[in-house]
Amino acid sequence: MAFVPLWFILIAVLWTGFFVLEGFDLGVGMLHGFVGKDEAERRAAMSTIGPLWDGNEVWLIVAVGATFAAFPDWYATMFSSFYLLVVIALVALILRGVSFEYREKRQSPRWRRTWTWLLAIASLLVPLVIGIWLGDLLAGVPIDASHTFTGNFGDLLQPYAIFTGVALAGLCLLHGGTFLALKTEGMVRLRSARLARLAAPVSVLLVLAFICWTHVIADRGALLNPVEFLVFIGALAAGLLAFDRHEGWAFTATTVVMGLAIVTIFVDLYPRVMVSSTNLAYSLTARGAAAPPYSLKVTTVAALVLLPFVLAYQAWTYYVFRRRISDRDFRPPPARPRSYTAVGAAAPGQGPAGSHRRGGRLARAWRTGRS
Amino acid sequence: MREDLARWQFAFTSVNHFLFVPVTIGLAFLTALLQTAWHRRGGSEYLRLTRFFGTLLVINVAIGVVTGLVQEFEFGMNWSAYSKLVGNIFGAPLAMEGLAAFFLESTFLGLWLFGWDKLSRRVHLATIWLVALGSVLSAAFIMAANSWMQHPVGYLMVHGKPQLTDIWALFTNPVFIWSYAKVVLAALVTGAAVMLAVSAWQLRRGGDRAVFTRSARLGLIVLVPAILLAMLVGDELGVIEARYQPMKIAAAEAQWKTCQPCAFSLIQIGGGNNDHAPTQILAIPHLLSLLATNHWNGKVVGMTPLQAQYAAKYGPGNYVPNVFVQYWGMRAMAYLAVIVFLVGVWGLWLSRRKKLGTARRFLWTAQWLVILPFLINTAGWLLTESGRQPWIVQGIMLTKHGLSPTVSTPMLWTSVIAFVLLYGTLGTVDLLLMLRYSRKELAPAPAQDAAGEPVPAMEY
Ligand code: HDD
Ligand code: HEM
Ligand code: HEM
Repeated sequence: MAFVPLWFILIAVLWTGFFVLEGFDLGVGMLHGFVGKDEAERRAAMSTIGPLWDGNEVWLIVAVGATFAAFPDWYATMFSSFYLLVVIALVALILRGVSFEYREKRQSPRWRRTWTWLLAIASLLVPLVIGIWLGDLLAGVPIDASHTFTGNFGDLLQPYAIFTGVALAGLCLLHGGTFLALKTEGMVRLRSARLARLAAPVSVLLVLAFICWTHVIADRGALLNPVEFLVFIGALAAGLLAFDRHEGWAFTATTVVMGLAIVTIFVDLYPRVMVSSTNLAYSLTARGAAAPPYSLKVTTVAALVLLPFVLAYQAWTYYVFRRRISDRDFRPPPARPRSYTAVGAAAPGQGPAGSHRRGGRLARAWRTGRS
Repeated sequence: MREDLARWQFAFTSVNHFLFVPVTIGLAFLTALLQTAWHRRGGSEYLRLTRFFGTLLVINVAIGVVTGLVQEFEFGMNWSAYSKLVGNIFGAPLAMEGLAAFFLESTFLGLWLFGWDKLSRRVHLATIWLVALGSVLSAAFIMAANSWMQHPVGYLMVHGKPQLTDIWALFTNPVFIWSYAKVVLAALVTGAAVMLAVSAWQLRRGGDRAVFTRSARLGLIVLVPAILLAMLVGDELGVIEARYQPMKIAAAEAQWKTCQPCAFSLIQIGGGNNDHAPTQILAIPHLLSLLATNHWNGKVVGMTPLQAQYAAKYGPGNYVPNVFVQYWGMRAMAYLAVIVFLVGVWGLWLSRRKKLGTARRFLWTAQWLVILPFLINTAGWLLTESGRQPWIVQGIMLTKHGLSPTVSTPMLWTSVIAFVLLYGTLGTVDLLLMLRYSRKELAPAPAQDAAGEPVPAMEY
């Protein structure tokens, strides 16, 4: 029955999609307060992900929903075992979700500063905690023969799992840095690039250590498997590319490393889906946790029909919002006259580059100026 | 204790989620209508309205999304035994919901909100319609899942476990078809009531009369037919309940003995699970028969015989849901619905006589009316979900068997307290922001643009 491995792959793909896409907007969430020194710069940094983050988060929702449908036992055991970690992740995701919306709604600097902090902390917590889940899947938690969790919260906080969380959070930070460098102009761009260069060596070391440790934990012989090897090379390349002036390459490199790091976890996990530290024989396996064939067939058809559309329109969204965003778009009026001639010249027939708020006024001014 | 906490937590988070969901579905559709009107007729009024109500929509979606997120994990956290047993059936629509609806909704909402100056007008109009489509689709899948819990179909028992054998059965389930219709109509009612109330507030406070009279009228034009249909569908749901969940309808009427024909009691004193002979103040002959069977002289089986039947079939136990919640849930929904409907008709009448923008008493009423749809929705869901008790899946699994075996009382308390505090704070902030925003003056019309030129992005 080929549906079980297929679904395992699909779920790995969904998790990878989540970390690759949401990864950079988590990074932007952590960094926006540091790469933006004033309100306009922060707004510019946040605007790079404004239209994208919600769609990115759905990758997580679908990964969870698909696990429920395809591997009910995995879904049930995972979330009832990781209970308090799940609560923390949910609280962080909730705060993140509303902070984008709420932050802009009031002018007061204190209000904005509060949400900037909440957004940064929540964005850090999400990959940290979800990383701990993923690490726990592989490192194993106490599960008895009936696939019931017998441990407590402390059992979840084992060194490898925590390290996975830290490594993934570090990767998100780097990924966010390269994304910001690619998508902004002016000081934000410079600071992000500088930050990415600073973060790169640390993140690379984290990833290298992560691969080695994962390899040991998964207990898969002496040699690195091909995926692990690719991540190893990729991480080194990303480290070098982050120093490169070419922001496109740096971002590509962090995308690849992020993706491969998640793939590594799943490659080393298969065919198990959740390891038991009580007795390896009690581990949940993909086959054991899977739904019966008919359900898998139904959901496979749905996934194979729908995913291409999702990929197509999400890609199109990235294309629509491809322009760099400048903090000048968010500056108060006095700075205007010079900027919009520049913008007008740069983007004939279109509004100015990628802003949503001050951009409106600019576009208007620009148009009235022209007509 | 654990069961109570888990149930309470699910009820609390779902009720919260469903405060925002109907507003999203309703306002997305109405905003799309406004933008279409602008697209067709031009002029600045509809454009300003689109952007004004679109912003309310966006504020609302943010919290709708985060409350939905919690729901997605809760089955695994608190109801792991349930998830294991029925995940292969119940999970399928949930996974499809994400793939088909959430991606669509969230991606195109981003495109709509930030794409004003980046997309052509036609494409931009399409994005808001896709948002509306996404929200209606998401309701479809989740309602298919929920209806399966009310009336399981399309499965076979294999070694004591239900296995999905026919996915179409989930989407042709009569409970699904009617309750889905009901939920979409309820969402239209809620969205329209919000639009009407905000417009009424603006009109009372000297907001732009020409513009807000239009939105008030649009609200009314959607509200009145939608609520009328919702009531008719509600009537049909009563019949469906009597067929598949007879205990639920008997409890909703506090009907212990079998009756034929059956009267509908308007008000009673006493009642509840231990009082089998409440004092009925007003009873309308034959109405219950009509409601539950569509026949003038239909028979409704009482709770006492049903309890005996169930005990014989499923073993000893108490199969009677909370009668008090059922009885008053049903009445709250029906009575408040009649009030909303009447006020709606009053508004339409004023609108015909071109007095809508100036009728102060009506505007005051319309402004407060908005509270009712939220109460109606909550009452309707209490009726549906509490009436299913003691079953988590009707006839297949008892709620107490669905609980996660490993989750302890302190863990449950932790999550309950965390969610209550968080939802409480965010709900308050959200309400304040919504109120502040709806009282804001309407943004001036964007500079008159030449035909076909993109419109600047939203400012809010
Ligand atoms: C504005 C919305 C609204 C209005 C005007 C009504 N309802 Fe309702 N009703 C709902 C909103 C709603 C709901 C919240 O959307 C429910 C909860 C679950 C569902 O499917 O729809 C619901 C459920 C629901 C159910 C339970 C279905 C089940 O157990 O599966 C019944 C029997 C009724 N309704 C009956 C009525 C009657 C007789 C009404 C009129 C007089 C009425 N409803 C008006
Ligand atoms: C449509 C998807 C929904 C699903 C799949 C669902 C499922 C569930 C589950 C699993 C429980 C806990 C077990 C139980 O008590 O039986 C529950 C309880 C409950 N739900 Fe829902 N629910 C849904 C929607 C809603 C909504 C939108 C509301 C309210 C607005 C709601 C109100 C409640 C209430 C009040 C309870 C507690 C009932 C009681 O224990 O007496 N539900 N639901
Ligand atoms: C109790 C079971 C439920 C679960 C598991 C659930 C799950 C979710 C999730 C995960 C989201 C966030 C999607 C995003 O990020 O875009 C969401 C939002 C949404 N849900 Fe639910 N939901 C439930 C009940 C319902 C019900 C009963 C309805 C309607 C009938 C509904 C309709 C929606 C809609 C329209 C949204 C869009 C976002 C918004 O509310 O603004 N959901 N839901």
